[in-house]
Parts: sequence; structure tokens; C-alpha cells
Amino acid sequence: MSLQATIYLVVGLTFALYIGIAIWARAGSTSEFYVAGSGVHPVLNGMATGADWMSAASFISMAGLIAGMGYGGGLFLMGWTGGYVLLAMLLAPYLRKFGKFTVPQFVGDRYYSKGASSVAVICLLIASTTYIIGQMTGVGVAFSRFLGVSNHVGIFVGMGIVFMYAVFGGMKGITYTQVAQYCVLIFAYTIPAIFISMALTGNPLPQLGLGGDFVGTDMTLLGKVDQVVTDLGFPQYTTSTRISTLNMFVYTFSLMIGTAGLPHVIIRFFTVPKVRDARASAGWALVFIAILYTTAPGVAAMAKLNLHATVNKAVKGGGDLFAAENSIKYEERPDWMKRWEVTGLLKFEDKNGDGRIQFYNDKNPPAGAVAAGWNGNELSVNRDIIVLANPEIARLPNWVIALVAAGGLAAALSTAAGLLLAISSAISHDLLKDMWMPDLSEKGELLAGKISMACAIVVAGYLGLNPPDFAAGTVAIAFGLAASSIFPALMMGIFNKKMNKEGAIAGMVAGIGFTMIYVFAHKGLFFIKGTEFLDMFGGKANFFLGIEPNAIGGVGALVNFGVAYVVSKVTPDPPEHIQHLVESVRIPRGSKAVDGAH
Amino acid sequence: MSEEAGKAYWYATLKLIACVLFVWFIVSYGFGILFADALNGIKLGGYPMGFWWAQQGSMYVFVALIFIYAKLMGNIDKKFDVHEE
Repeated sequence: MSLQATIYLVVGLTFALYIGIAIWARAGSTSEFYVAGSGVHPVLNGMATGADWMSAASFISMAGLIAGMGYGGGLFLMGWTGGYVLLAMLLAPYLRKFGKFTVPQFVGDRYYSKGASSVAVICLLIASTTYIIGQMTGVGVAFSRFLGVSNHVGIFVGMGIVFMYAVFGGMKGITYTQVAQYCVLIFAYTIPAIFISMALTGNPLPQLGLGGDFVGTDMTLLGKVDQVVTDLGFPQYTTSTRISTLNMFVYTFSLMIGTAGLPHVIIRFFTVPKVRDARASAGWALVFIAILYTTAPGVAAMAKLNLHATVNKAVKGGGDLFAAENSIKYEERPDWMKRWEVTGLLKFEDKNGDGRIQFYNDKNPPAGAVAAGWNGNELSVNRDIIVLANPEIARLPNWVIALVAAGGLAAALSTAAGLLLAISSAISHDLLKDMWMPDLSEKGELLAGKISMACAIVVAGYLGLNPPDFAAGTVAIAFGLAASSIFPALMMGIFNKKMNKEGAIAGMVAGIGFTMIYVFAHKGLFFIKGTEFLDMFGGKANFFLGIEPNAIGGVGALVNFGVAYVVSKVTPDPPEHIQHLVESVRIPRGSKAVDGAH
Repeated sequence: MSEEAGKAYWYATLKLIACVLFVWFIVSYGFGILFADALNGIKLGGYPMGFWWAQQGSMYVFVALIFIYAKLMGNIDKKFDVHEE
């Protein structure tokens, strides 16, 4: 069977599985739709949370970015797992005790104000929409390869399918479907990693293989990667910091607290049966997430080595990297490169006219390259394709390539659809029904939800055509926006009895405002290309302490905390009954079933 | 629950959170970022140690921390008799 036919077959089978389970589970119980997770074993609930969490950014994009960044890529790994520790200790048990369904409901009640709740909804919408832009970038990559079309056509097709998936909707809420999705995701991610680790190091576990020896030599694998990339003029793999230590610190911080501030993650902990379960279920979720996240560094380094080995025979064979015959001829390039060229995400340009592919860092050309007459780097590989192309680069069997495609599509679709649902309920329920148009009929609410979903996907798709960054980079910005607005408001709501509505509102506005201005100055107003306004700040990128826009949410969160604290000191204390409410939230006993319409 | 017991319970909770956050900070921001260069001189198998903390070690510790926290927090709840029936 041809590769393409195998891919269609495997993708078709996995989707049939999800739909089959959805129909079966729905017939079993309809109440599960809302109270996802009650009565479900914490381990299964953890898997479902893992599927919710692992989006196109984690699955498709992250390892490719780590491959490009080296050591500095660790900020994604630490940032997107360390947040669960914060979530488990600072938010989950208390929000569960509070017993409401959504973040705006908590903010509205705790800060006794519809104004605070509206500000929270708007912050959520900004963060979620940015998140979807990143997802659409990933959807575009997955669909362009899946269908063999250009990246832009891939995004258009993806927009349509994500919309249908989200309207079909209920699938998202059913825990067992997500458990199945998790299984597909994790097999799709780990099986090729095991194959590759085995081939390169003789150790089947990538977590150990990455620390092992390069097969057939007494050199460590990481030592080999370091040697190859530095010989080709790239920075050393195991030590290259992301811009600066401070930037890496702030970036990691931003991702961690953003994790604990994103609505679609928090909501899973509102609905566990008990406060005690809220604590442990964060742990189980992290176990299942960590399986993928600890595999990713191996995938990254090994894919990098294999990519270099593909275009330069001296990488594995030994000999002179710069000898003419060691660069492969473009005519003889492997089939996977031809397939990715169709998508436009992999490009070759024969700058020195020798018909061979030279892949190196031309900004810091090694002496050997200059002497050999290399005239600039000729191969550009979009980092977002690394994971999907990885099994092809390593020449793994067709069924593995097909499995990875199925995993990538599942990751991209499920999270994008989940976010669209969150956006539609925030607009139709939290904004329209609760605040602006209380006498909206149920039908009207449903219609408003669908319209807002359609608008969100068109906006995200359009911006995804010219994405502000790679998928994981854009998603990191979304985390920064959540970090600078939602997390501080929630945390102070629980840990500071005296925090009042004035402080919370001022903090959220200042935090997200600061973050948005910094991001938009670099990436364009609402991410529209050509509207950057760096000139207003002296025209230099990363002008604030050398911190990049993707990381600025960490600083925005500090602004939020600071402003909120100062404002709360000069305005009246919250009413007595709110302070009692906070005290009761801190104690597990007496937790009730979740209420509040959704 | 008396006001005094409530205060003691909350104090015990905050103390536990502070301890966990201390470890959380040291393994990631400390070993993984601030001291990574210094630790890279030590090898853990084929891993330079600073690199290992940033791309492997801190994640294992995070998982352990949550379960340890959940267990100890359960003990505190029982001690102050505020656990769920």
C-alpha cells in the first residue's frame, strides 16, 4: 500500500474510533457531557486532561523549536509542566471548593462585581484567540502534509474541519473520547522516538538514549550533536541559552503561571468530585503530560542529527563535512523532502550553482565552508514540520509515518475545537446572557455562540496565514496574556482576603495592557503584519531588558500584582461577607456539587 | 471551626506551599537556568547536568512534588479535622 493510502487509512480509523466512542458514551449517560470526570477514575481523568492540554503546540511544534534552540528550548519543557505544580497548590482545590463552573463566574462572585467579571471575560477572549492562531498554524502544517497541498490551502481546509468539529462539539466533553485521543497522541509521539533512539543509541527509551552514546562510537549522542552543529557554524546545542539567562528565566515564569491561568485547563479541576481529588488529579494529568514532554528533548536532538545526516554524508559516515561529494545532490534528495516541498515549508535554493545541498549557518560561516566555496545556506526547514517529518527523515515504516500524521491531526483539532467552545460560551453566556442581554432566549444564546465561533475561526485562520511566530511561539504569547491577567486575579482572590474589586480590575487591565502593548509593538497591532510600532520605543527589538515579546507576560504578571496591591490599599476593603467567603473557600470540608448554569 | 484553629490551619497550609515552591524553584530556575552553566561541568551519563535539569530532571521532580503535596495536605486536613467525609 502506498504511503498516502496508509495515512488516509490510519487517520480514518482513528477518527472512526473517536466518533464511535462518543456515540457509545453519549448513549450511556448524558450528564457526563457537563460534569466531565465525575465518577471517572482519576487516572483516566488525568489522561483526558492530558489530551485537552497537548495541542498542536506541544505535539507538532515544540520538539522542532527545541531542535532549533537547543538547551534554551528547555524553557518550553519546564514552563509547560511547572505550571501544574502551581495549579495543584494555589488554584485547583480552592476553585473546586468555590463550586462554580467558569473563571468569569468565580471572578464576578469573589470581586462582587459584574465589571470585574467582564474584564476577566475580555482577557480570556484575548488569550484564547491568540492561542487559536497558534493552533491554526499547526493545523495548516498538519493538513498541508496530510493532503499534499500548500500550507495556505491546508489552513483553509483546516478552518472548515475545525469549525465542523467544534459545532459537533459534544465530543469534546466526553472523557472517554479524550482518553482515546490521548492514547493515539502518545503512541504517535513515542513509537517513532523509540525507533529512532534505538537506531542512534541502541537504547529504546529516548529519555535515556539522549544521555547515551552515539551508536558504534564512544562519543555521547549529545557530544556528537554538539560537534556537528558547531562544525557547521551553529551555536553549541547543549549550552545555547535563549537570548539571555534573564530572558529564559522570565519566559519560563510566563509559561508556568500562564498554564495556571488558562480557562480550558482550570475548568477540568472545577468538576472533579472532591477537593482532595482536585489536588491529585493535577498530579495524574502531569504524569501523562510528562510522558510526552520528557520524550520531546530526545526527539529534538535526534531529529536534528538525522536532518544534518540526510543532507551531509560526512555527519554519520565521518570525513570532511565540507568535501563537495559529501553534500548530497539535489536530484538525489530523499522522497520526504519532495513531499514537504509541496507544502512550501521546506525550500531549497542552489546559491552556488553546484546542484548540491549545503545546510549550515551562513551568519557565522565556518572556515571550511568559505574555503569550499559555499555561498550561503541553501536549505530552509520550517521548525514546525520537524515532528511530522521526523519518522520520514529517519526512514521509518509507512505505518509509523501515518500514525504520526493521525496524532498531529488529533492534537490540532481537539484543542482548537475546545478553545472555540470556550470562546463561544464566554461570549454567548458570560457576556451576552449574564451581562448585556439577560432576557436572551436559549436559542438566541446558542446562535450567538455559533456566530462567535465562526468569527473566531475566520480571524484566527486569517492571522494564521501570516503567523506571528511558529505554532508554539504564538501559543507562548497566549500564555503570557493569560499569565498577566487571569492568574494574579485568581490567586489574590484566594490568598489575599483584603483584595477588593478596584484592585483586581486595575491589576488585570494594567497587566494585560502592558503585555499587549509590548507584544503588539513587536508583532503588529492584533498581529496584523505592517502595523508594528517599535519606533515609538526607540526601534530596537526586545527593548525592555532584552526580554522577547513571547516572554513578557511574566513581567506583565508582576505589573498586575503590583498595581492590584497598591490600588487595594487606597480603596475600601471588600465587604465582610466576601472576606468570610474567602475563609470558607480555604477549607475543604463542606464542598458541594458544582452549580451555576453553563 | 474556631478562629484560632482556622488561623493555624491556614498557617500550616502556607508553610507547606512555601516548602514545595522552594524545591520547585531550585530545580527549575536554579539548577535548570541560573546555575546551569556551572552544573554542565558535571556529567550525568552522557548528559551535561545543567542541560539535564532543564530538559529532563525538573519535570520528574514536578510530578513527584504534586503527589507529595497532595499527601501532606491530606494529612494537614485530617489533623485539623477539616477533611471531606
